[in-house]
Amino acid sequence: MVRNTTLGSRTFEIANIVVLGLLLISCIYPLWYTFCVSISEKSAANAGLVTLYPIGFSLTPYKEIINDALFFNAFWISIQRTVLGTGFALLMTVLMAYPLARPKRDFKMRNTFMWILVFCMLFNGGLIPWYLTIQNYHLIDTIWALVLGGGVPVFDVILIMNFFRNLPKELNEAAVVDGAGPWSVLFRVYIPCSFPVLAAVALFLSVYHWNEFFNGLVLMNTAAKYPLQTYIQQLVVNIPVGTNLTPEQYKKLSELSNRTLNAAKVFIAMVPMLIVYPFLQKYFVSGIMLGAVKE
Amino acid sequence: MLLPGMVWLVMFSIVPMFGILMAFQDFNPGAGLLKSEWVGLENFKYMFQLNDSKTVIVNTFIIAIGKIVLNLLIPLIFAILLNELRSMRYKKLVQTVVYLPHFLSWVIMSTIVIGIFGYYGVVNTVFGMFGFDPKLFMADAGIFRQLIIGTDVWKEFGFNAIIYLAALTGINLNLYEAAAIDGANRWQLIRHVTLPALSTTVVLLGVLSLGNVLNAGFDQVYNLYNPLVYSTGDILDTWVYRLGLQNLQFSLATAAGLFKSVISFVLIFISYRLAYRYADYTVF
Repeated sequence: MVRNTTLGSRTFEIANIVVLGLLLISCIYPLWYTFCVSISEKSAANAGLVTLYPIGFSLTPYKEIINDALFFNAFWISIQRTVLGTGFALLMTVLMAYPLARPKRDFKMRNTFMWILVFCMLFNGGLIPWYLTIQNYHLIDTIWALVLGGGVPVFDVILIMNFFRNLPKELNEAAVVDGAGPWSVLFRVYIPCSFPVLAAVALFLSVYHWNEFFNGLVLMNTAAKYPLQTYIQQLVVNIPVGTNLTPEQYKKLSELSNRTLNAAKVFIAMVPMLIVYPFLQKYFVSGIMLGAVKE
Repeated sequence: MLLPGMVWLVMFSIVPMFGILMAFQDFNPGAGLLKSEWVGLENFKYMFQLNDSKTVIVNTFIIAIGKIVLNLLIPLIFAILLNELRSMRYKKLVQTVVYLPHFLSWVIMSTIVIGIFGYYGVVNTVFGMFGFDPKLFMADAGIFRQLIIGTDVWKEFGFNAIIYLAALTGINLNLYEAAAIDGANRWQLIRHVTLPALSTTVVLLGVLSLGNVLNAGFDQVYNLYNPLVYSTGDILDTWVYRLGLQNLQFSLATAAGLFKSVISFVLIFISYRLAYRYADYTVF
Protein backbone atom coordinates (compact mmCIF):
# COMPACT_ATOMS: atom_id res chain seq x y z
CA MET A 1 0.00 0.00 0.00
CA VAL A 2 1.11 3.50 -0.72
CA ARG A 3 1.76 5.60 2.39
CA ASN A 4 -0.33 8.70 2.45
CA THR A 5 0.03 11.04 5.40
CA THR A 6 -1.91 14.16 4.51
CA LEU A 7 -4.25 15.63 7.07
CA GLY A 8 -7.32 14.53 5.14
CA SER A 9 -6.05 11.03 4.96
CA ARG A 10 -5.38 10.86 8.68
CA THR A 11 -8.79 12.27 9.52
CA PHE A 12 -10.35 9.61 7.33
CA GLU A 13 -8.33 6.95 9.06
CA ILE A 14 -9.49 7.95 12.52
CA ALA A 15 -13.11 8.34 11.41
CA ASN A 16 -12.91 4.92 9.78
CA ILE A 17 -11.60 3.28 12.94
CA VAL A 18 -14.40 4.87 14.93
CA VAL A 19 -17.14 3.87 12.47
CA LEU A 20 -15.96 0.27 12.30
CA GLY A 21 -15.65 0.25 16.07
CA LEU A 22 -19.30 1.29 16.36
CA LEU A 23 -20.34 -1.46 13.96
CA LEU A 24 -18.33 -3.93 16.00
CA ILE A 25 -20.07 -2.82 19.18
CA SER A 26 -23.47 -3.01 17.49
CA CYS A 27 -22.84 -6.68 16.78
CA ILE A 28 -21.58 -7.61 20.23
CA TYR A 29 -23.81 -5.41 22.39
CA PRO A 30 -27.07 -7.37 21.91
CA LEU A 31 -25.39 -10.52 23.18
CA TRP A 32 -23.90 -8.67 26.12
CA TYR A 33 -27.27 -7.08 26.86
CA THR A 34 -29.00 -10.46 26.95
CA PHE A 35 -26.34 -11.75 29.32
CA CYS A 36 -26.72 -8.70 31.56
CA VAL A 37 -30.48 -9.09 31.75
CA SER A 38 -30.13 -12.77 32.59
CA ILE A 39 -27.99 -12.17 35.68
CA SER A 40 -29.65 -8.98 36.90
CA GLU A 41 -32.13 -8.68 39.74
CA LYS A 42 -35.57 -9.53 38.48
CA SER A 43 -37.16 -6.26 39.56
CA ALA A 44 -34.50 -4.19 37.80
CA ALA A 45 -34.78 -6.19 34.59
CA ASN A 46 -38.57 -6.02 34.58
CA ALA A 47 -38.50 -2.27 35.01
CA GLY A 48 -36.17 -1.96 32.04
CA LEU A 49 -33.30 -0.49 34.02
CA VAL A 50 -30.57 -2.71 32.59
CA THR A 51 -28.63 -1.04 29.80
CA LEU A 52 -24.85 -1.32 29.86
CA TYR A 53 -24.14 -3.58 32.81
CA PRO A 54 -26.07 -5.98 35.08
CA ILE A 55 -27.95 -4.38 37.93
CA GLY A 56 -27.72 -6.46 41.07
CA PHE A 57 -26.69 -10.08 40.70
CA SER A 58 -28.83 -13.16 40.76
CA LEU A 59 -28.42 -16.66 39.39
CA THR A 60 -32.03 -17.60 40.11
CA PRO A 61 -32.99 -18.01 36.42
CA TYR A 62 -30.09 -20.39 35.84
CA LYS A 63 -31.07 -22.39 38.93
CA GLU A 64 -34.61 -22.59 37.61
CA ILE A 65 -33.38 -23.85 34.27
CA ILE A 66 -31.41 -26.63 35.91
CA ASN A 67 -34.71 -27.97 37.23
CA ASP A 68 -36.58 -27.46 33.96
CA ALA A 69 -36.91 -30.88 32.33
CA LEU A 70 -38.63 -29.50 29.25
CA PHE A 71 -35.73 -27.18 28.49
CA PHE A 72 -33.16 -29.97 28.68
CA ASN A 73 -35.41 -32.22 26.67
CA ALA A 74 -35.57 -29.60 23.91
CA PHE A 75 -31.82 -29.14 24.10
CA TRP A 76 -31.25 -32.87 23.72
CA ILE A 77 -33.64 -33.11 20.77
CA SER A 78 -31.75 -30.30 19.06
CA ILE A 79 -28.45 -32.12 19.57
CA GLN A 80 -29.84 -35.37 18.16
CA ARG A 81 -31.36 -33.57 15.27
CA THR A 82 -28.19 -31.67 14.44
CA VAL A 83 -26.01 -34.78 14.52
CA LEU A 84 -28.41 -37.01 12.58
CA GLY A 85 -29.52 -34.31 10.16
CA THR A 86 -25.99 -33.21 9.32
CA GLY A 87 -24.76 -36.78 8.92
CA PHE A 88 -27.66 -37.77 6.70
CA ALA A 89 -27.52 -34.70 4.49
CA LEU A 90 -23.75 -34.89 4.13
CA LEU A 91 -23.82 -38.54 3.13
CA MET A 92 -26.57 -37.96 0.57
CA THR A 93 -24.82 -34.89 -0.79
CA VAL A 94 -21.56 -36.73 -1.34
CA LEU A 95 -23.28 -39.75 -2.87
CA MET A 96 -25.08 -37.53 -5.36
CA ALA A 97 -22.15 -35.27 -6.09
CA TYR A 98 -19.76 -38.07 -7.07
CA PRO A 99 -21.71 -39.57 -10.00
CA LEU A 100 -22.68 -36.12 -11.20
CA ALA A 101 -19.03 -35.12 -11.24
CA ARG A 102 -18.11 -37.97 -13.61
CA PRO A 103 -17.38 -37.02 -17.21
CA LYS A 104 -20.34 -37.30 -19.51
CA ARG A 105 -19.06 -40.30 -21.47
CA ASP A 106 -18.95 -42.38 -18.26
CA PHE A 107 -22.45 -41.40 -17.22
CA LYS A 108 -24.78 -40.71 -20.12
CA MET A 109 -27.81 -39.66 -18.10
CA ARG A 110 -25.82 -37.09 -16.16
CA ASN A 111 -27.47 -33.97 -17.53
CA THR A 112 -30.96 -35.38 -17.14
CA PHE A 113 -30.35 -35.97 -13.44
CA MET A 114 -28.75 -32.57 -13.17
CA TRP A 115 -31.86 -30.91 -14.54
CA ILE A 116 -34.16 -32.83 -12.20
CA LEU A 117 -32.00 -31.72 -9.31
CA VAL A 118 -31.97 -28.08 -10.32
CA PHE A 119 -35.70 -28.13 -10.93
CA CYS A 120 -36.26 -29.48 -7.43
CA MET A 121 -34.05 -26.79 -6.03
CA LEU A 122 -35.93 -23.95 -7.70
CA PHE A 123 -39.48 -25.19 -7.55
CA ASN A 124 -41.44 -26.80 -4.76
CA GLY A 125 -44.96 -27.84 -3.96
CA GLY A 126 -45.40 -25.33 -1.19
CA LEU A 127 -46.08 -25.61 2.48
CA ILE A 128 -49.35 -27.52 2.58
CA PRO A 129 -48.51 -30.35 0.13
CA TRP A 130 -45.16 -30.75 1.86
CA TYR A 131 -46.84 -31.03 5.23
CA LEU A 132 -49.44 -33.52 4.01
CA THR A 133 -46.74 -35.65 2.40
CA ILE A 134 -44.81 -35.92 5.62
CA GLN A 135 -48.04 -36.68 7.42
CA ASN A 136 -48.72 -39.49 4.95
CA TYR A 137 -45.36 -41.04 5.74
CA HIS A 138 -46.37 -41.03 9.43
CA LEU A 139 -43.32 -39.01 10.35
CA ILE A 140 -45.18 -36.34 12.33
CA ASP A 141 -43.95 -36.19 15.93
CA THR A 142 -40.81 -38.20 15.22
CA ILE A 143 -37.29 -36.91 15.04
CA TRP A 144 -37.06 -38.29 11.49
CA ALA A 145 -39.46 -35.63 10.27
CA LEU A 146 -36.88 -33.06 11.30
CA VAL A 147 -33.91 -35.01 9.96
CA LEU A 148 -35.43 -35.93 6.59
CA GLY A 149 -37.65 -32.88 6.18
CA GLY A 150 -34.59 -30.66 6.16
CA GLY A 151 -33.20 -32.95 3.54
CA VAL A 152 -30.51 -32.59 0.96
CA PRO A 153 -29.63 -29.07 -0.01
CA VAL A 154 -29.17 -29.21 -3.75
CA PHE A 155 -26.95 -26.17 -3.62
CA ASP A 156 -24.42 -28.09 -1.52
CA VAL A 157 -24.54 -30.98 -3.98
CA ILE A 158 -23.58 -28.54 -6.73
CA LEU A 159 -20.82 -27.07 -4.59
CA ILE A 160 -19.25 -30.46 -3.85
CA MET A 161 -19.78 -31.60 -7.43
CA ASN A 162 -17.84 -28.60 -8.72
CA PHE A 163 -15.07 -29.37 -6.27
CA PHE A 164 -14.90 -33.03 -7.35
CA ARG A 165 -14.75 -31.99 -10.99
CA ASN A 166 -11.70 -29.87 -10.30
CA LEU A 167 -9.77 -32.74 -8.75
CA PRO A 168 -7.19 -34.14 -11.20
CA LYS A 169 -8.57 -36.91 -13.40
CA GLU A 170 -5.40 -38.91 -12.89
CA LEU A 171 -6.41 -39.58 -9.29
CA ASN A 172 -9.47 -41.44 -10.44
CA GLU A 173 -7.62 -43.27 -13.22
CA ALA A 174 -4.79 -44.38 -10.95
CA ALA A 175 -7.24 -45.73 -8.39
CA VAL A 176 -9.20 -47.62 -11.05
CA VAL A 177 -5.99 -49.14 -12.44
CA ASP A 178 -5.19 -50.31 -8.92
CA GLY A 179 -8.51 -52.13 -8.95
CA ALA A 180 -10.72 -49.76 -7.00
CA GLY A 181 -14.46 -49.71 -7.69
CA PRO A 182 -16.49 -46.50 -7.64
CA TRP A 183 -17.30 -46.85 -3.92
CA SER A 184 -13.71 -47.15 -2.81
CA VAL A 185 -12.64 -44.37 -5.17
CA LEU A 186 -15.20 -42.12 -3.55
CA PHE A 187 -14.50 -43.05 0.05
CA ARG A 188 -10.76 -43.58 -0.12
CA VAL A 189 -9.62 -41.04 -2.68
CA TYR A 190 -12.18 -38.29 -3.28
CA ILE A 191 -13.47 -37.74 0.24
CA PRO A 192 -10.04 -37.51 1.89
CA CYS A 193 -9.00 -35.08 -0.84
CA SER A 194 -11.90 -32.74 -0.29
CA PHE A 195 -11.82 -32.33 3.46
CA PRO A 196 -11.97 -28.50 3.48
CA VAL A 197 -15.08 -28.27 1.33
CA LEU A 198 -16.79 -31.10 3.21
CA ALA A 199 -16.01 -29.41 6.51
CA ALA A 200 -17.51 -26.17 5.27
CA VAL A 201 -20.67 -27.90 4.06
CA ALA A 202 -20.97 -29.94 7.27
CA LEU A 203 -20.69 -26.81 9.35
CA PHE A 204 -23.34 -24.99 7.36
CA LEU A 205 -25.64 -28.00 7.60
CA SER A 206 -25.23 -28.22 11.34
CA VAL A 207 -25.81 -24.51 11.78
CA TYR A 208 -29.01 -24.92 9.76
CA HIS A 209 -30.23 -27.82 11.89
CA TRP A 210 -29.36 -26.14 15.14
CA ASN A 211 -31.08 -22.88 14.20
CA GLU A 212 -34.15 -24.19 12.42
CA PHE A 213 -37.40 -23.70 14.31
CA PHE A 214 -40.16 -23.87 11.73
CA ASN A 215 -40.13 -27.60 10.95
CA GLY A 216 -40.11 -28.22 14.68
CA LEU A 217 -43.14 -26.00 15.09
CA VAL A 218 -45.13 -27.48 12.23
CA LEU A 219 -44.16 -31.14 12.33
CA MET A 220 -44.25 -31.69 16.09
CA ASN A 221 -47.64 -31.74 17.76
CA THR A 222 -46.55 -31.90 21.37
CA ALA A 223 -44.37 -29.39 23.16
CA ALA A 224 -42.31 -32.24 24.62
CA LYS A 225 -40.98 -32.99 21.12
CA TYR A 226 -39.95 -29.46 20.24
CA PRO A 227 -36.30 -28.78 19.45
CA LEU A 228 -34.68 -25.94 21.36
CA GLN A 229 -35.33 -23.12 18.91
CA THR A 230 -39.01 -23.99 18.65
CA TYR A 231 -39.22 -24.25 22.43
CA ILE A 232 -37.72 -20.79 22.83
CA GLN A 233 -39.84 -19.41 20.05
CA GLN A 234 -43.02 -20.60 21.75
CA LEU A 235 -41.83 -19.26 25.06
CA VAL A 236 -40.57 -15.83 24.23
CA VAL A 237 -41.75 -14.65 20.88
CA ASN A 238 -45.06 -16.27 20.30
CA ILE A 239 -48.07 -14.02 20.58
CA PRO A 240 -51.47 -15.67 20.46
CA VAL A 241 -53.20 -15.18 17.14
CA GLY A 242 -56.17 -12.94 17.59
CA THR A 243 -57.54 -10.37 15.24
CA ASN A 244 -58.56 -7.83 17.84
CA LEU A 245 -55.41 -7.37 19.86
CA THR A 246 -55.11 -3.78 21.08
CA PRO A 247 -51.87 -1.96 21.88
CA GLU A 248 -52.93 -2.08 25.54
CA GLN A 249 -53.26 -5.86 25.44
CA TYR A 250 -49.92 -6.10 23.68
CA LYS A 251 -48.33 -4.10 26.49
CA LYS A 252 -49.97 -6.38 29.06
CA LEU A 253 -48.57 -9.42 27.30
CA SER A 254 -45.05 -8.06 27.44
CA GLU A 255 -45.50 -7.30 31.14
CA LEU A 256 -46.33 -10.91 31.83
CA SER A 257 -43.09 -12.33 30.49
CA ASN A 258 -40.34 -13.30 32.87
CA ARG A 259 -37.51 -11.33 31.35
CA THR A 260 -34.56 -12.66 33.33
CA LEU A 261 -35.55 -16.29 32.85
CA ASN A 262 -36.16 -15.83 29.13
CA ALA A 263 -32.86 -14.04 28.69
CA ALA A 264 -31.08 -16.87 30.48
CA LYS A 265 -32.67 -19.47 28.19
CA VAL A 266 -31.81 -17.49 25.09
CA PHE A 267 -28.28 -17.08 26.35
CA ILE A 268 -27.86 -20.81 26.95
CA ALA A 269 -29.23 -21.51 23.46
CA MET A 270 -26.52 -19.26 22.05
CA VAL A 271 -23.69 -20.94 23.93
CA PRO A 272 -23.15 -23.93 21.58
CA MET A 273 -22.96 -21.55 18.64
CA LEU A 274 -20.52 -19.29 20.50
CA ILE A 275 -18.36 -22.30 21.30
CA VAL A 276 -18.15 -23.74 17.78
CA TYR A 277 -17.95 -20.33 16.14
CA PRO A 278 -14.16 -19.90 16.45
CA PHE A 279 -13.60 -23.32 14.82
CA LEU A 280 -16.25 -22.70 12.24
CA GLN A 281 -14.81 -19.38 11.22
CA LYS A 282 -11.73 -20.99 9.70
CA TYR A 283 -13.86 -22.92 7.24
CA PHE A 284 -16.87 -20.86 6.26
CA VAL A 285 -14.98 -18.11 4.51
CA SER A 286 -13.23 -20.57 2.21
CA GLY A 287 -16.49 -22.50 1.83
CA ILE A 288 -18.26 -19.44 0.51
CA MET A 289 -15.41 -18.62 -1.82
CA LEU A 290 -15.52 -22.08 -3.32
CA GLY A 291 -19.21 -21.71 -3.99
CA ALA A 292 -19.35 -18.10 -4.99
CA VAL A 293 -16.24 -16.87 -6.71
CA LYS A 294 -15.18 -18.77 -9.77
CA GLU A 295 -12.63 -17.57 -12.23
CA MET B 1 -24.88 -44.38 -6.11
CA LEU B 2 -27.39 -41.75 -7.08
CA LEU B 3 -30.14 -43.99 -5.81
CA PRO B 4 -30.43 -42.91 -2.13
CA GLY B 5 -30.38 -39.25 -3.03
CA MET B 6 -32.91 -39.71 -5.80
CA VAL B 7 -35.22 -41.73 -3.57
CA TRP B 8 -35.13 -38.92 -1.07
CA LEU B 9 -35.71 -36.35 -3.79
CA VAL B 10 -38.73 -38.22 -5.11
CA MET B 11 -40.19 -38.76 -1.65
CA PHE B 12 -39.73 -35.31 -0.19
CA SER B 13 -39.58 -33.04 -3.18
CA ILE B 14 -41.36 -34.55 -6.16
CA VAL B 15 -44.26 -36.25 -4.37
CA PRO B 16 -45.28 -32.96 -2.70
CA MET B 17 -45.39 -31.38 -6.14
CA PHE B 18 -48.46 -33.47 -6.96
CA GLY B 19 -50.08 -31.75 -4.02
CA ILE B 20 -50.16 -28.64 -6.18
CA LEU B 21 -53.31 -30.12 -7.70
CA MET B 22 -55.00 -29.06 -4.49
CA ALA B 23 -54.81 -25.48 -5.69
CA PHE B 24 -57.35 -26.41 -8.38
CA GLN B 25 -59.63 -28.35 -6.06
CA ASP B 26 -61.90 -27.76 -3.17
CA PHE B 27 -59.65 -30.03 -1.16
CA ASN B 28 -61.27 -32.20 1.44
CA PRO B 29 -58.71 -33.96 3.64
CA GLY B 30 -61.17 -36.81 4.25
CA ALA B 31 -61.67 -37.50 0.55
CA GLY B 32 -58.01 -37.03 -0.38
CA LEU B 33 -56.38 -35.71 -3.50
CA LEU B 34 -58.07 -38.08 -5.93
CA LYS B 35 -61.67 -37.66 -4.84
CA SER B 36 -61.84 -33.97 -3.97
CA GLU B 37 -63.97 -31.75 -6.17
CA TRP B 38 -62.27 -29.86 -9.03
CA VAL B 39 -62.93 -26.15 -9.11
CA GLY B 40 -60.53 -24.88 -11.77
CA LEU B 41 -59.15 -21.45 -11.06
CA GLU B 42 -61.73 -20.57 -8.37
CA ASN B 43 -59.15 -20.55 -5.58
CA PHE B 44 -56.97 -18.10 -7.43
CA LYS B 45 -59.88 -15.80 -8.19
CA TYR B 46 -60.99 -15.91 -4.59
CA MET B 47 -57.46 -15.25 -3.40
CA PHE B 48 -57.08 -12.08 -5.43
CA GLN B 49 -60.48 -10.84 -4.30
CA LEU B 50 -59.43 -10.95 -0.67
CA ASN B 51 -58.32 -7.61 0.71
CA ASP B 52 -55.46 -9.28 2.50
CA SER B 53 -53.85 -10.53 -0.68
CA LYS B 54 -53.10 -7.04 -1.98
CA THR B 55 -51.67 -5.88 1.34
CA VAL B 56 -49.59 -9.01 1.59
CA ILE B 57 -48.17 -8.75 -1.92
CA VAL B 58 -47.33 -5.06 -1.48
CA ASN B 59 -45.67 -5.72 1.88
CA THR B 60 -43.68 -8.61 0.46
CA PHE B 61 -42.38 -6.48 -2.41
CA ILE B 62 -41.47 -3.49 -0.27
CA ILE B 63 -39.67 -5.51 2.39
CA ALA B 64 -37.89 -7.78 -0.10
CA ILE B 65 -36.73 -4.97 -2.37
CA GLY B 66 -35.60 -2.88 0.57
CA LYS B 67 -33.57 -5.80 1.83
CA ILE B 68 -32.07 -6.58 -1.58
CA VAL B 69 -30.91 -3.01 -2.19
CA LEU B 70 -29.53 -2.34 1.29
CA ASN B 71 -27.96 -5.80 1.54
CA LEU B 72 -26.00 -4.97 -1.60
CA LEU B 73 -24.95 -1.46 -0.61
CA ILE B 74 -24.23 -1.56 3.11
CA PRO B 75 -21.87 -4.57 2.89
CA LEU B 76 -20.14 -2.86 -0.04
CA ILE B 77 -19.48 0.28 1.99
CA PHE B 78 -18.44 -1.84 4.95
CA ALA B 79 -16.03 -3.92 2.85
CA ILE B 80 -14.41 -0.78 1.44
CA LEU B 81 -14.00 0.78 4.88
CA LEU B 82 -12.56 -2.44 6.22
CA ASN B 83 -10.16 -2.60 3.32
CA GLU B 84 -8.86 0.87 4.16
CA LEU B 85 -7.80 -0.15 7.66
CA ARG B 86 -4.07 -0.21 8.28
CA SER B 87 -4.07 -2.31 11.41
CA MET B 88 -4.40 -5.97 10.43
CA ARG B 89 -5.21 -6.99 13.99
CA TYR B 90 -8.12 -4.59 14.26
CA LYS B 91 -9.34 -5.70 10.85
CA LYS B 92 -9.37 -9.34 11.94
CA LEU B 93 -11.18 -8.44 15.14
CA VAL B 94 -13.88 -6.46 13.34
CA GLN B 95 -14.35 -9.22 10.78
CA THR B 96 -14.64 -11.98 13.37
CA VAL B 97 -17.26 -10.15 15.37
CA VAL B 98 -19.49 -8.90 12.55
CA TYR B 99 -19.87 -12.37 11.03
CA LEU B 100 -21.30 -13.68 14.29
CA PRO B 101 -24.94 -12.46 14.09
CA HIS B 102 -25.38 -14.36 10.81
CA PHE B 103 -24.94 -17.64 12.67
CA LEU B 104 -27.56 -16.99 15.31
CA SER B 105 -31.10 -17.93 14.42
CA TRP B 106 -33.94 -15.46 13.99
CA VAL B 107 -35.60 -16.99 17.01
CA ILE B 108 -32.66 -15.91 19.14
CA MET B 109 -32.24 -12.64 17.30
CA SER B 110 -35.87 -11.63 17.56
CA THR B 111 -35.95 -12.22 21.29
CA ILE B 112 -32.98 -9.87 21.44
CA VAL B 113 -34.58 -7.34 19.09
CA ILE B 114 -37.76 -7.42 21.15
CA GLY B 115 -35.65 -7.05 24.28
CA ILE B 116 -34.05 -3.93 22.86
CA PHE B 117 -37.01 -2.31 21.13
CA GLY B 118 -39.73 -3.63 23.43
CA TYR B 119 -41.68 -1.50 25.88
CA TYR B 120 -39.18 -2.14 28.65
CA GLY B 121 -36.20 -2.32 26.31
CA VAL B 122 -32.98 -0.33 26.13
CA VAL B 123 -34.24 2.08 23.49
CA ASN B 124 -37.14 3.19 25.63
CA THR B 125 -34.94 3.38 28.72
CA VAL B 126 -32.46 5.62 26.93
CA PHE B 127 -35.29 7.71 25.46
CA GLY B 128 -36.70 8.01 28.94
CA MET B 129 -33.46 9.59 30.15
CA PHE B 130 -34.05 12.39 27.66
CA GLY B 131 -37.61 12.82 28.81
CA PHE B 132 -39.46 11.00 26.02
CA ASP B 133 -42.41 8.76 26.78
CA PRO B 134 -41.88 5.06 26.09
CA LYS B 135 -43.24 3.81 22.77
CA LEU B 136 -44.54 0.44 21.66
CA PHE B 137 -42.08 0.02 18.78
CA MET B 138 -42.94 -3.59 18.14
CA ALA B 139 -46.64 -2.82 17.82
CA ASP B 140 -46.30 0.22 15.58
CA ALA B 141 -47.34 -0.54 12.02
CA GLY B 142 -45.77 2.71 10.86
CA ILE B 143 -42.21 1.60 11.54
CA PHE B 144 -42.46 -2.17 11.33
CA ARG B 145 -41.10 -2.49 7.79
CA GLN B 146 -38.13 -0.25 8.55
CA LEU B 147 -37.47 -2.31 11.64
CA ILE B 148 -37.57 -5.55 9.63
CA ILE B 149 -35.29 -4.26 6.89
CA GLY B 150 -32.93 -2.58 9.34
CA THR B 151 -32.47 -5.57 11.61
CA ASP B 152 -31.95 -7.89 8.65
CA VAL B 153 -29.26 -5.66 7.20
CA TRP B 154 -27.65 -5.40 10.62
CA LYS B 155 -27.64 -9.19 11.06
CA GLU B 156 -26.22 -9.97 7.64
CA PHE B 157 -24.00 -7.08 6.60
CA GLY B 158 -20.79 -8.66 7.86
CA PHE B 159 -21.47 -11.98 6.23
CA ASN B 160 -22.57 -10.43 2.95
CA ALA B 161 -19.33 -8.47 2.84
CA ILE B 162 -17.30 -11.68 2.52
CA ILE B 163 -17.78 -11.86 -1.24
CA TYR B 164 -16.74 -8.23 -1.67
CA LEU B 165 -13.69 -8.80 0.50
CA ALA B 166 -12.80 -11.75 -1.69
CA ALA B 167 -13.08 -9.58 -4.78
CA LEU B 168 -10.94 -6.91 -3.10
CA THR B 169 -8.07 -9.31 -2.54
CA GLY B 170 -8.03 -9.86 -6.28
CA ILE B 171 -7.18 -6.23 -7.09
CA ASN B 172 -3.69 -5.72 -8.41
CA LEU B 173 -1.77 -3.54 -5.94
CA ASN B 174 0.18 -1.98 -8.81
CA LEU B 175 -2.98 -0.16 -9.79
CA TYR B 176 -2.95 1.68 -6.47
CA GLU B 177 0.76 2.48 -6.81
CA ALA B 178 0.29 3.86 -10.29
CA ALA B 179 -2.71 5.96 -9.33
CA ALA B 180 -0.94 7.31 -6.24
CA ILE B 181 2.08 8.33 -8.30
CA ASP B 182 -0.27 10.15 -10.62
CA GLY B 183 -1.37 12.15 -7.58
CA ALA B 184 -4.59 10.45 -6.62
CA ASN B 185 -5.70 10.99 -3.04
CA ARG B 186 -7.39 8.42 -0.88
CA TRP B 187 -10.90 9.19 -2.01
CA GLN B 188 -9.80 9.13 -5.66
CA LEU B 189 -8.16 5.76 -5.15
CA ILE B 190 -11.42 4.35 -3.81
CA ARG B 191 -13.44 6.06 -6.49
CA HIS B 192 -11.29 5.07 -9.48
CA VAL B 193 -9.62 1.81 -8.48
CA THR B 194 -11.61 0.01 -5.78
CA LEU B 195 -15.15 0.73 -6.93
CA PRO B 196 -14.69 -0.25 -10.59
CA ALA B 197 -13.05 -3.48 -9.45
CA LEU B 198 -16.12 -4.32 -7.36
CA SER B 199 -18.75 -3.21 -9.84
CA THR B 200 -19.07 -6.58 -11.60
CA THR B 201 -19.56 -8.33 -8.27
CA VAL B 202 -22.28 -5.86 -7.29
CA VAL B 203 -24.08 -6.28 -10.59
CA LEU B 204 -23.82 -10.05 -10.43
CA LEU B 205 -25.17 -10.23 -6.87
CA GLY B 206 -27.91 -7.80 -7.82
CA VAL B 207 -28.98 -9.93 -10.76
CA LEU B 208 -28.91 -13.13 -8.74
CA SER B 209 -31.03 -11.59 -6.00
CA LEU B 210 -33.80 -10.88 -8.52
CA GLY B 211 -35.27 -14.29 -7.72
CA ASN B 212 -35.79 -13.19 -4.13
CA VAL B 213 -38.29 -10.39 -4.68
CA LEU B 214 -41.03 -12.54 -3.20
CA ASN B 215 -38.89 -13.77 -0.32
CA ALA B 216 -39.18 -11.22 2.43
CA GLY B 217 -37.86 -13.62 5.08
CA PHE B 218 -40.37 -15.87 6.82
CA ASP B 219 -38.30 -16.65 9.91
CA GLN B 220 -37.67 -13.03 10.71
CA VAL B 221 -41.15 -11.66 10.10
CA TYR B 222 -42.86 -14.59 11.79
CA ASN B 223 -40.82 -14.11 14.93
CA LEU B 224 -41.18 -10.35 15.09
CA TYR B 225 -44.70 -9.59 13.99
CA ASN B 226 -48.01 -9.56 15.84
CA PRO B 227 -51.61 -8.84 14.81
CA LEU B 228 -51.11 -5.10 15.36
CA VAL B 229 -48.64 -4.83 12.49
CA TYR B 230 -50.30 -7.18 9.98
CA SER B 231 -51.20 -4.17 7.83
CA THR B 232 -47.56 -3.42 7.02
CA GLY B 233 -45.74 -6.55 8.14
CA ASP B 234 -47.71 -9.53 6.87
CA ILE B 235 -45.93 -11.19 3.93
CA LEU B 236 -46.88 -13.97 1.52
CA ASP B 237 -45.15 -16.71 3.46
CA THR B 238 -46.62 -15.80 6.82
CA TRP B 239 -50.04 -15.37 5.24
CA VAL B 240 -49.87 -18.80 3.61
CA TYR B 241 -48.85 -20.27 6.94
CA ARG B 242 -51.79 -18.71 8.77
CA LEU B 243 -54.27 -19.56 6.02
CA GLY B 244 -53.12 -23.12 5.67
CA LEU B 245 -51.98 -24.49 8.96
CA GLN B 246 -53.89 -22.29 11.38
CA ASN B 247 -57.14 -21.68 9.51
CA LEU B 248 -56.95 -25.01 7.65
CA GLN B 249 -57.81 -23.52 4.26
CA PHE B 250 -55.64 -26.04 2.44
CA SER B 251 -56.67 -25.23 -1.12
CA LEU B 252 -56.43 -21.49 -0.76
CA ALA B 253 -53.04 -21.66 0.93
CA THR B 254 -51.73 -24.01 -1.74
CA ALA B 255 -52.95 -21.66 -4.46
CA ALA B 256 -51.17 -18.74 -2.78
CA GLY B 257 -48.04 -20.86 -2.37
CA LEU B 258 -48.15 -21.94 -6.00
CA PHE B 259 -48.52 -18.33 -7.12
CA LYS B 260 -45.36 -17.50 -5.23
CA SER B 261 -43.42 -20.58 -6.38
CA VAL B 262 -44.19 -20.02 -10.05
CA ILE B 263 -43.23 -16.36 -10.05
CA SER B 264 -40.08 -17.02 -8.06
CA PHE B 265 -39.12 -19.88 -10.37
CA VAL B 266 -39.49 -17.71 -13.46
CA LEU B 267 -37.53 -14.87 -11.88
CA ILE B 268 -34.71 -17.10 -10.72
CA PHE B 269 -34.52 -18.70 -14.14
CA ILE B 270 -34.32 -15.28 -15.81
CA SER B 271 -31.74 -14.01 -13.35
CA TYR B 272 -29.49 -17.05 -13.82
CA ARG B 273 -29.74 -16.61 -17.59
CA LEU B 274 -28.85 -12.93 -17.31
CA ALA B 275 -25.94 -13.71 -15.02
CA TYR B 276 -24.70 -16.26 -17.51
CA ARG B 277 -25.06 -13.99 -20.50
CA TYR B 278 -23.64 -10.79 -19.07
CA ALA B 279 -21.27 -11.90 -16.37
CA ASP B 280 -20.40 -15.32 -17.73
CA TYR B 281 -21.34 -16.76 -14.36
CA THR B 282 -22.73 -20.25 -14.08
CA VAL B 283 -24.27 -21.59 -10.91
CA PHE B 284 -24.24 -25.14 -12.25
